[in-house]
Amino acid sequence: MTVYFMCIVLLTMGLYCLVAKKNIVKKILGIVIMDYAVNLYLIIIGYKTGGVAPIIEPNMPAATLERFVDPLTQALVLTSIVIGLGVLSLMVAMCIRLYEKHGTFDMSVISKLRG
Amino acid sequence: MENITPQLYALLVFMIVGSIVAIETRNLLSAVISVAAVGFALSVAFLFLGAPDIAITQLVVEVLVLIILIRGTILLDNTAVESHRDTLAVVTSLIFFGLLLGFGAMIFGGRGFPEFGEPLMRVSRVYVHTGLPATYCANIVSSVILDFRAYDTMGEATVLFTSILGALALLRKDGKRKEEEVVAA
Repeated sequence: MTVYFMCIVLLTMGLYCLVAKKNIVKKILGIVIMDYAVNLYLIIIGYKTGGVAPIIEPNMPAATLERFVDPLTQALVLTSIVIGLGVLSLMVAMCIRLYEKHGTFDMSVISKLRG
Repeated sequence: MENITPQLYALLVFMIVGSIVAIETRNLLSAVISVAAVGFALSVAFLFLGAPDIAITQLVVEVLVLIILIRGTILLDNTAVESHRDTLAVVTSLIFFGLLLGFGAMIFGGRGFPEFGEPLMRVSRVYVHTGLPATYCANIVSSVILDFRAYDTMGEATVLFTSILGALALLRKDGKRKEEEVVAA
């Protein structure tokens, strides 16, 4: 149980960084931390005590199949990690463009400069 | 395999401390590198949790994240940030923290949610038992990604392609002009 709560603590720290910081790069880092927390949470849900990685080896006893950890969450988290990379590159591209246009990363300055 | 809970706790504490450093440090470059350290710890945690495929992917993606973020921050003259403390935002995140913990206690404390170390595996059992005969793939994760749920992977490739296309379009130095503008110029 405590593991789940520590994942939630990590998620909330990312949320705090996303909401409270005014620097755009810090906001992006908050999103990245939330991404990590969600991925770790999903993998932890699929963990089985004494589990082994879901890879079948030659001459493996059939009982080992019952000790595999959940392969479904792993497959979906694999998808999620790669999508996180794509979204991050898009965010950093927007961030670089904003810096070129306004010369600052400060969100409050940028919102004053609009027009 | 032995009990992995102490190692998992140690890695989680390391990740939380690294995130605190990343959030509160003044220098943007050290914040980026702290986040990368958190990501590498996450990769080690995936290894302990029996997910070698995820650990490898996380390692590769982490290096790319580090490169992209350093590219985003290194070109600046001033990488130090002034400290901003917005009372409303702090209060908001504290409220969210309380809400998340409350809902978490409701979910994890009640019946129906699997304990740590006892996954449901209602769907996955089918994949584990029929993965080798149906797809001839020894790695069940690969057989789920590329065979049982191949449409998900196609959607993932679409999202990745679209986001990279967007990033390229944003970073393009000289945009394409319209026909009439070229004629007018």
